[in-house]
Amino acid sequence: MVHEAADMVIDGNEQKPKNIVSNGFDANYLKIYYGKLFPFADFFKWMSYGNDGKHPGSDHSYVGRREFSFTLDNDIYLRFQSFNSLSEMESSTKEKCPFKIDIGPVYSVDPAKRHAYAGANVFTPVERELVFDIDMTDYDDVRYCCSGADVCLDCWPLMTAAIKVIDTTLRDDFGFNHILWVFSGRRGVHCWVCDGKARRLSNEQRAAIADYFHLYQGNENSRKKISLTGPVLHPFLARSYIEVLKDSFESKLLCSQKIFSTEERYEKILDMIHDESITSELRGRWQDNRRPSKNDVNLVRWEQLKNMLQSGKHKSQGMRRHVEEIVFSFTYPRLDLEVTKHMNHLLKAPFCVHPKTGRICVPIDPERCDEFDPTTVPTVAQLLEELNAADMEVDSETDWDRTSLGESIRFFRSAFLQPLLKSCKEEIESSYNAKVQQSKNPLSW
Amino acid sequence: MELHRSQRKSSTATTSSTTLPLYRSAPPLEVRLEEFELYAIDRLRVLKGISDGLSRGKKSEEMEKLVRGLLNAHMKHPQASEAVNKDIISHFVLRLVYCRTEDLRKWFLSMETMLFRHRFLSESPESQKQVFSELGLSYKAISYAEFEAVKDKLVQVARLIGQPVPSADAIYYKVPWEEVPELVAGRRVLLHKGYAYIAIYQVVSLVATQFRSYLSKTLSLTNRKWTSTIREQEKDRLTPIVEALCTSYLGPDYSQPTEYADISIKDLEQIAKSSFPLCMRHLFDKLKEDHHLKHGGRMQLGLFLKGVGLKLDDALTFWRAEFSQRVGVERFDKEYAYSIRHNYGKEGKRVDYSPYSCQKIISSSPGVGDHHGCPYRHFSEDNLRAALGKMGVNNQKIEDILDKVRNRHYQLACTLTFESVHGSSCDAGINHPNQYFIDSQKVLQSKNNSTA
Repeated sequence: MVHEAADMVIDGNEQKPKNIVSNGFDANYLKIYYGKLFPFADFFKWMSYGNDGKHPGSDHSYVGRREFSFTLDNDIYLRFQSFNSLSEMESSTKEKCPFKIDIGPVYSVDPAKRHAYAGANVFTPVERELVFDIDMTDYDDVRYCCSGADVCLDCWPLMTAAIKVIDTTLRDDFGFNHILWVFSGRRGVHCWVCDGKARRLSNEQRAAIADYFHLYQGNENSRKKISLTGPVLHPFLARSYIEVLKDSFESKLLCSQKIFSTEERYEKILDMIHDESITSELRGRWQDNRRPSKNDVNLVRWEQLKNMLQSGKHKSQGMRRHVEEIVFSFTYPRLDLEVTKHMNHLLKAPFCVHPKTGRICVPIDPERCDEFDPTTVPTVAQLLEELNAADMEVDSETDWDRTSLGESIRFFRSAFLQPLLKSCKEEIESSYNAKVQQSKNPLSW
Repeated sequence: MELHRSQRKSSTATTSSTTLPLYRSAPPLEVRLEEFELYAIDRLRVLKGISDGLSRGKKSEEMEKLVRGLLNAHMKHPQASEAVNKDIISHFVLRLVYCRTEDLRKWFLSMETMLFRHRFLSESPESQKQVFSELGLSYKAISYAEFEAVKDKLVQVARLIGQPVPSADAIYYKVPWEEVPELVAGRRVLLHKGYAYIAIYQVVSLVATQFRSYLSKTLSLTNRKWTSTIREQEKDRLTPIVEALCTSYLGPDYSQPTEYADISIKDLEQIAKSSFPLCMRHLFDKLKEDHHLKHGGRMQLGLFLKGVGLKLDDALTFWRAEFSQRVGVERFDKEYAYSIRHNYGKEGKRVDYSPYSCQKIISSSPGVGDHHGCPYRHFSEDNLRAALGKMGVNNQKIEDILDKVRNRHYQLACTLTFESVHGSSCDAGINHPNQYFIDSQKVLQSKNNSTA
């Protein structure tokens, strides 16, 4: 089947060098990926939220009012694309072969026909998943292994901690159930909260959630690092600290990021402690400490610092709070707040191919996020190779089943899509019944 | 509400026992045109006062005092029944004035809700209950058993927000968190499985949220009526009043550059030094230094420059010249050019966005790597001191400015800086970075003229 690829390479010989980005990403690969592997049917089921069924309560205009945005080669943006059926979406995507597909909100009217509705108020977003965007570049001041667009297994625990904190809070505090985590293809993760009530949140309610999560981090202008005010932590922050952050800091990041290993690094931490007597004593010990020790220097220094701050001498609340502040500074999730706050922000769709890395934006299981390795996520080139190798074998329902994408799609279905569609059906049923009931009631009109 | 030019038949509003109206329907009153405008201006003074208080970062108790003072000063009327009418009429007039754009609606909504909130707090428990039921809110307090189950966490939250530790007979309501977004945003409540546990003293948030969402809906309706019929019907009578009312008291939104419309790229460096407020100068300098700004900074500076008079083509050239040194021309054209065209209304929704006001900038929350925000609010004292020194403000003045900052008068601090840099007074105060720029250009021009 992948002979097609070979043919295309020959046919498109002249333009090929331009399209190669790196790691084997190639516009022609993308064509085959959309042709054979992209899970259009599951994707469209998701976007329909049960409204594609025969139930009299389903809203058949629903999916067609969703905005999709395509980014083509050479950065041509096609905004306000909409599709009324699976086949429409499939053929349009295959034809245009977008480098990136973004998902926007569901509007009051079909976004492709927005110009037909003159007047400012008719065309407005009415539904949108609650989304979160976490990007590793926002952590550049607390990771020493890489910077900018790079990630490695030493800094990825930052993302893991963010997933755990946010996922638990969305479920336990806000009561959401249908949450999809997706690798962004290079250096971050996206989160889609798809419960009916999440999709119908107002911008103000979205902003409230974003602010609930937001801790003031400070920046180089303010010099202040995270400050946890008040005599105690909010129960949600306390839980995050105990269940996730403390462990992530002490058993992973402390050593992998070598947080106390050099003077420059430990000075950054001493800066957060506003007690000259403590900082100068620690500094003294660390500067003189030339003796090689069996134990990791980062672990040793962290224990020393904790003992100092928590010892009887400095038992005041404020000093002990510094321990928590340091841990929060190095591990607490950093969100792109604007993406969460507004209904009409676009966010890249799951199962896209990242045009720089060629990696697929696969779902991440929050229950097993510790095992997720961003450096082994399949690339489009790898999938096509697998497809090619498996070509001789028979008896596979679909093409993707024969590649390592299969596992991701099966997870998407069983852990996310099926439970979601089940509750969508229940919701459609119950709101339909309520409507019927209301129209039967002679007292209301 | 019927409008009459001059003579007036008195009629009394059907007053309910509470003095706090919910403005559910326009009153069947006849209003004289003069009152229409005068009442609206008085209410506007109250709302503007609230807005100023908020942008100075006043705390809840200070706001309460401020609102009481504003109401006494502007909304009183010798006749008690007339005071109620004035309240209702002025509210409905301003609805008309502020329904017309997204920004206006947002401002009006926040200020009216803030006003309502403080009035609710000063009502008696009886009339609070009445408002509660008029809004159709009915919640049962949680049982003792349920209270015991989450008591530890409720104690934690109470201590966190500086309230007395709840005792066994404390009353808590369990409400869907969506109904108390502001308590959620401030982490002032315990959340569990989609519900917020709110204490009796937090009920005001519930009421305010209901009020706000109702008002928000009706504002959209009013806007539809305004654009479809009222504006045309009233074009000789009400429309001019309505259109003048919002700009005369809140100032223009600076989305269209006016007087100094032709700014070319080569002059930018010069005018940044002479006429940019500190927030913009800091962004400008950082951009020149790092050849990069994060999203918040690009928005704040980009829209300001648009207001200053930088044309779209020049803006693209300017940003490209800086960003390309860091990310290359190609990546700039790919990833950043879109948002610049977007700011100028050439992409996406095609809205011509307005430059940010001081209030918006002060209330932003810059994070790691960000340079936007208000330096008077977001800089540490040391950094602010250094920045002011660089602008040429002398030490004595710097102390005055820092004094304002400590009292959270950020706009006054900026005004003092303006006066010190320009050696002339600025009586109106600084409310908008583009106003700072225009006032600065005026001062410089008159200096030029007098020396020439």
